[in-house]
Formats: sequence, C-alpha cells, structure tokens
Amino acid sequence: MTTLQESEPREREGMRREALHFAVRNAKLVTGFGIVVVLLVLGMVGPLLAGGTPNDYGTRPMSPPSAEHWLGTTTFGQDIFLQFVHGLRATFLVGVIGGGIAAVIGMLVGFVAGYRGGAVDEVLNMLTNVILVIPTLAVLLIINAYLGIRSVAVQGLFIGLTQWPWAARAIRAQTFSLRTREFVDLARMSGAGTWRIISREIAPNMSSYLFMTFILLFGGAILIASSLDFIGLGPTEGVSLGLMLQNANQWSALQLGMWWWFVPPGAGITAIVGALYVANVGLDEVFNPKLRET
Amino acid sequence: MSLQVSELKVYYRTLKGEVRALDGMTFELGDGEILGLVGESGCGKSTLGKSLIRMDGRMRHVGGTVVLDDRELPIGDDRAMNDFRFREVSLIPQYAMSALNPTRKLRRMVTELLRSRGAEVDTAELERRMDQVGLPREVLDRYPIELSGGMKQRMVMVISTLLDPSLLIADEVTSALDVSTQKAVARALLGFRESGYIKSMIFVTHDIALTHHIADTIMVMYAGRLAEKAPADVIVKAPRHPYTKLLLDSLPEVGVRHADRRLEGIPGSPPSLLDPPAGCRFRARCPIAGDECAQDPPVAELAPDHHVACWKA
Amino acid sequence: MRRYFSRKLLIYGLTFFVAVTVNWLIPRFMPGDPVASMVARANVAQPEAVEAMRAYYNDLFGFDQPLWQQYVNFWGAMFQGDFGISIWLFPTPVSTVINGAVPYTLGLIIPSVLLSWVVGNRFGAYAARRKLLDNTVLPVGYVLTAMPYMWLAVLLAWALGVIAGLFPVAGGYSFSMRPNWSWTFALDLLHHWTLPFLSLFLVALGGWAIGMRNMIIYELESDYSNYLSALGAPARLIRRYAFRNAVLPQITGLALQLGVLVAGALVTEIVFAYPGLGSLILKAIQNQDFFLLQGTFLFIVLGVLIANFIIDIVYVVVDPRTRAGMAGAQA
Repeated sequence: MTTLQESEPREREGMRREALHFAVRNAKLVTGFGIVVVLLVLGMVGPLLAGGTPNDYGTRPMSPPSAEHWLGTTTFGQDIFLQFVHGLRATFLVGVIGGGIAAVIGMLVGFVAGYRGGAVDEVLNMLTNVILVIPTLAVLLIINAYLGIRSVAVQGLFIGLTQWPWAARAIRAQTFSLRTREFVDLARMSGAGTWRIISREIAPNMSSYLFMTFILLFGGAILIASSLDFIGLGPTEGVSLGLMLQNANQWSALQLGMWWWFVPPGAGITAIVGALYVANVGLDEVFNPKLRET
Repeated sequence: MSLQVSELKVYYRTLKGEVRALDGMTFELGDGEILGLVGESGCGKSTLGKSLIRMDGRMRHVGGTVVLDDRELPIGDDRAMNDFRFREVSLIPQYAMSALNPTRKLRRMVTELLRSRGAEVDTAELERRMDQVGLPREVLDRYPIELSGGMKQRMVMVISTLLDPSLLIADEVTSALDVSTQKAVARALLGFRESGYIKSMIFVTHDIALTHHIADTIMVMYAGRLAEKAPADVIVKAPRHPYTKLLLDSLPEVGVRHADRRLEGIPGSPPSLLDPPAGCRFRARCPIAGDECAQDPPVAELAPDHHVACWKA
Repeated sequence: MRRYFSRKLLIYGLTFFVAVTVNWLIPRFMPGDPVASMVARANVAQPEAVEAMRAYYNDLFGFDQPLWQQYVNFWGAMFQGDFGISIWLFPTPVSTVINGAVPYTLGLIIPSVLLSWVVGNRFGAYAARRKLLDNTVLPVGYVLTAMPYMWLAVLLAWALGVIAGLFPVAGGYSFSMRPNWSWTFALDLLHHWTLPFLSLFLVALGGWAIGMRNMIIYELESDYSNYLSALGAPARLIRRYAFRNAVLPQITGLALQLGVLVAGALVTEIVFAYPGLGSLILKAIQNQDFFLLQGTFLFIVLGVLIANFIIDIVYVVVDPRTRAGMAGAQA
C-alpha cells in the first residue's frame, strides 16, 4: 500500500540522505562521474602543463606516439595530445552551454505548459512538436553556414536553441502529474503565484529528474557539436575534438594509416558521452527505488 | 478441511533488515467457507494473500506450512507453485482495473491464457458465467480500455475462476468501487460459491462492514499475527480481543468504508515489524494491558470456533 | 482517428512552413553578406566583372525587391521545384543535383534504420531480466550510442577497409566504372555500400537495444504481467505480451530519432565519400554554394516529415487503442 510522499521538510531531508547513501555505493554512478571528472580535469589542467598552442606546426610531422609526443603528431607536426586537451575544453564548453540553454528553455516551456494547461499548453505543445520534428542538424547546418565567424559559444547557443523540445515534453508530463498533488493545491489555496508554485513546490519535487534531463542534454549537445565540426562548420578558431576528427578525415589520416590522429578525439567524445549516460542510469537507480532491486 | 496454515512466517527483505510481515500465522479454512481478513494497513493481510498464491521478489518463506486439500503448497518455490495457481488457488487482485493486457481483445487473451495452462475455452460456459455477473457477451470482442472499471473488475472475476479453483483470494477487490458496485461484487462472489466455481475464499479487506455481509468467518490480524478469529456475527457483536473492540468502536456506523483511516481513533501506531518487541504486539496501545502481556499471548479457542490471542480475553 | 491524423497533419504542415520560412530568413538576416562571400570566392580581378556577378547573385536572391515580395516569390519558386542554380556545379539546377544524390542516401538510411530497429528491439527484449546477457548488452549498447557516428565509421573503414582490405573506403562505386544496369556494377555498389551501412546500423542498434530493454522491464513489472504470473501463465506468454506492448513506444521513438539518424547518415557519408546528400552538403559548404545547401535542407525536412507520417500510419495499424478511438490521441 503506497502512500503519497508529501514533501515535509524533514522527510525530504531524509530522502536526500538516503539518496546520498545509495549514490556513493552505486558503481555506475561513481564510474560514470569518475570518468567525466578525470577528463574534465585533464581538459582544465592539461593545457597549462603542456605549454604551446595546439595548432602550431611542429618539426616532426606524422610521427606515431612517442615519449616526446604522447599521442603522436599530425601531418603538419601539430602535437595531438596538446590538441586533445585543448579540444576537451571546447567539448565540455559546448556541452555546458548547449545543454544548459536547452535545459533552461525546456524547463520554462515544460513547467508553464504543464502547470497552466489549457490554451497556453496547447500553443506551447504545438511549438514543441513543430521544433521536435524538424531535423536539428539540418537547421544548424544552414545557420552555421551563413555565420561568417563561428565560436564555441555561438555554436553552443544555437544547439541549445534547437535541442530543448524533448526535454520540454518530458518535463511537461512530469509537471502535469505533480500539478494535482495535495501540496500544490495547498500552495495555490494559500495564494501563491504561478512562479512561486513552480519554483518552490514543483521544481524541487522533480529536481532529480531535471538533473538527469540536463545530463542527457549535455551529452546530446556534445554529439551534435562534434557532427557540425566534422562537416566543417565547427569553430573557425581553436580546436575541438570534432575538429580534430574533421582534420584527420580531410587530410586522409585513414589512408595514411595515422590511427593516432583519429582514435583519440573519437574516444574522448565516446568516453564523455558514454560515461554521462552510464552515470545517468546510476542516478536513476539512486532516485527510483523500484530499479534498485535485482 | 480445505486450507490449513500453520506457523507461517514470511519476511520481506529490505535494506534495513528483514521485516516480519507474517510472524507465525496459524488458522484453518473449511470447505465452502468465506473468510474475511481484516486489519490495518501493514498488518500483513495482503502479505498473507500473496503468500498463498505468488510471493513477490522481496518476500521470503521463512517457515511454516500451507496445506490445501491435503496437499502441501510449495509457496516458497515459484516454479513448483505454478501447477497450483489458477487451478487450485486463484486470485482477484487489488489492481483488477489494470490487470488485463491493454492490447489484446479479451476473447483472444482468455484463449491464450487458458491454452498456456493446457485448457481449452468452453465458450458456452464462459458466456454463462459472464451472464451471471451481468457482463454483455460483446465484451469479449473488445479491448480492456473500452470497458468501464466495474466491467473490468467483473471480467477479472470471471477469468480468475474459470478453472474452478478450490481457493480464491480476493485482495481488496472492493476498495476502488462505489458502494452500490461493491454490493454487486459481493453478491457475485457469493454466487460463485453457490454455483460451485470456487470452494472457499479469503476476502482481504479493511472494510469490516462489507465483510460482515459476505464472510462466514472474520479473522482480525495485528502486526503480522492473528488477533482474533470467529464467526462473522460473533466478531461484530461479541468481540473478545481489545484490538477488535477498538476497531469496531472506531467505526461509527455499519457501512463505513476505509477502516484504516478511521483507525486514527486508536491512539498510537503499530510496532515496527523490523524488530518487533517481545510479548503482545498490541500492548503499547492496549487500554487494558498488564504485566502478563510481556509474554507472547497464545492463540486460545475460547469458544467453539472463536480464537483469540490475548491474556485478558 | 480522424482527429489524430488531422492534428498530425497540422503539425507537419506547420513544421514545413516554419522550415521554409527559416530557410528564407537566414540568408537575409544573418550577419555577413552571402553575396559578398560568394563573389569573393569567385576571385575575380576586374571590378566590372565583380559588379556583374554581384548583380547576378542579387537578382538570384531577389534582394532588390521588397521583403514580402521576396518571401512570396520564394514560395512560388519552391512549388515549381525551382531551388536555384548550383554554384559548385554551375549551371546545373539544384534540384537535379539533389535528385542524383537522394537514391544513395535513401539506399543507406532505410535499410540501416529498419534493420537496426528490428534487431535492436530483439536484442533488448532478449537481454531484459536475463542477468548475464543484460550485463553485456547494456554496456555495449551504451558505448555504441555514445559514439559519434563518424568515429565508428572511421574505425570500421580503418579496420575492415585499410588494414583488412575487405571493403573499399571511399565512393559509391569504383572510379573505373560508369553506372549501368549490370550485375558487376550492382555488386560493386553493394561492396561500397556495406561499410557505411554497417556503421550506421551499429550505432543505432545500441540505442534501440537499451530502449527496448528498459521498456520490457517496465512492462514485465506491470499489473497485467503480475496477474498473468499469479495465474501461472508461462514466462513465454508474458514476455510475448510485454514485447508487443513495449514495441509501441519504440515506434514513437523511431519517429523522434529520425533527425538524429539523418544526421548520422550525413556524417557517415562524408567519411566514406559516399555520393549522397551528406557529401553534397560538404561540397556545398566548401564551395559556399548556398543554393545547394538550402535546397538540401528543404529536401531533408520534407523527407523527415514524410517518414514521420508513415510512422504515424504504422502506429495506428499496430496499436488497437488508437483505432478504438480512445487513447493515444496525444500528438
């Protein structure tokens, strides 16, 4: 017999402590976040330790990994390890900006549509569905092609602007189910406004869900950015993991057998996104007791 | 004797330890008898119902035996238990509204279910039973979502009893229904016994008033144990256990539902079954508890068929 | 059901309208001057020639007319199948260039999407609640979905193409051949098709397997599964029902994933220099061929919309509840 878990502060505190208890014991969560943190630290610290600018031409082109060049060099003698650590920065940055913007828009649209319902919901839902159907990458291609100078931040901005619909839909559904719960009724009867109810009553009650949505958006933004980079619409300055792949492909690293050029950037992206997904499954198990057994 | 349960212990595995949801239950159920099983939420009545047919993943059979028609039920062995399910023991679940596969028409679902148990559908018999509970025959060619809640409930009742099981467990079947539908369901269940579709039944509920109408015997449970078991009239008119008395006192009129909500009338709450205290489990809330209650009260037959577990009764 | 379809069609119509409008808006309102960049690319020395080219491009975009007129003309031209002239392959019309590339893209994307969906669902359903299998399918699935499409493509090309020498790594057919209706050419096509197909198939496979596994577990814990278990129905029957019900959300998932799958196909084509829309886009970008790029964009949007509508029809056929006219009407 299940009873509704109303959000008494003491109870919420207890739930939080229980979640933490499971979080540190969840292998998926710990491994996933561990990998992300390691790569993040590498991206933060790496460029400081290994001096030099990543796109500088070096004296020993096309050399495989060695003590001097840990991940070898490109056709132009650029150090791949240096490019990799700088590329990590760009990749994380685009994930944060793209995922962040998409999460904010998704939350706004989802909360308002789900909480207000009626005509507002109808209009927002229509908008969401329209943008959901449009193939995102195709739109981004057009936009970026016409942008003369492209930066990681602008790339992230446009990714954020196009990636929010599924998040909005999911959050709308969650909000819908919370809307009729007793504690929301209570807040409404005590005269709280829409924003207050959303920010004080609804959002805190689905905070774990929102966090998981952000993680998925973060990973999605990284993947789509790498595709854009690969097509040749990446940032005009600097490096990213996607640009490294593009360069490797453009300068025939494949045919020349320079595996050290195209393996690390792809592995980096896969590791970040995969680790995020795995961590997300872990989080789901932590917050959703039903998934814990077996 | 149709059903003999002795010293049954079923625990739940949880992170904090084992919850002793059933801690030594002993009772009997005769042929053709309808037993009403009542108690507060968490007293173990649903656990008892589940244990007799299918335990969920967290439940563990710790001890005791269940004998149905002189054969022992292997309740701890999910696989071996399959032979008995549906044919010997059957269930009308609490979740009857959502118990039917949404993407199958009912006729096909029933056919596939019976065939998987090695039986063929006797359409004439099926339709006769549907008539009996007032279900139109077209229902068989519909999807579950096209039926009303009451219709789904009755359809589940018909399906569950198609193989004429010896024992039927009806788990909180009326809690989701309005009063008039409740009456109809209760009448239909009585009709099933009359027609010989089922031999005996355990009617799990927290609605004492309704139980009084349908059950021959009422068994009151408290904190994983039997508190009192007696013929329905005796329980209602002359209860001996202080818990039963308080339970009845907290119901102002016959016809009130959702007993456990009114039970706030009894001060205190049941003990944790994680590590239950020694002695009588009702002691802390009992108005007449004394020193002897520190010892476990045995179940005593105070009058013929009237069993009470209380030192003061 | 009529309500369901009319709602869907409204959304698709609106989507198409938005896409065309975006397509029209971007060249006009983005910072930067597309005409200037195209003229600059042409690298003409004489100022008169530059002027002539500028006038020509301005005329093509119709920049000298009022905005509303430009917008109306844009729609008018589109309905006549006129997407302008390609700059890269001057003076071939954009529509002709696209028509030549579409069969390759469709030939790649349709089999890989359908097969990965079917196989992924089977795998996922099979793995669910079977501990040993689950422990292998799940991690492999997560790695596959996390891979950028082009990276798996590069790895496959390297391993099976460059090192093992089993498959060619570039082109839709051998350079030595001209397209014709013969078995040799068909085999050659197939040979070139295999690796791009395989990489698209594999990346998508992971996602479907994981999705199905989760759906099946959810269904196996649902009330109808519990009821059947309580009545002693064999696991086979319960799994069959669960699979059937879990496939329904996977069909919706297919519609939602279309954009991602198309994107995957585009970058995979670029890796293999496969002569489909992806390679076309790359060329368009490298040559600042905005007409070609925009034409391809509209084509992709249209394709995705049509695919969505087909999936909607399939859904109605498969889910009895939409036909019964009760649930499933939410868009």
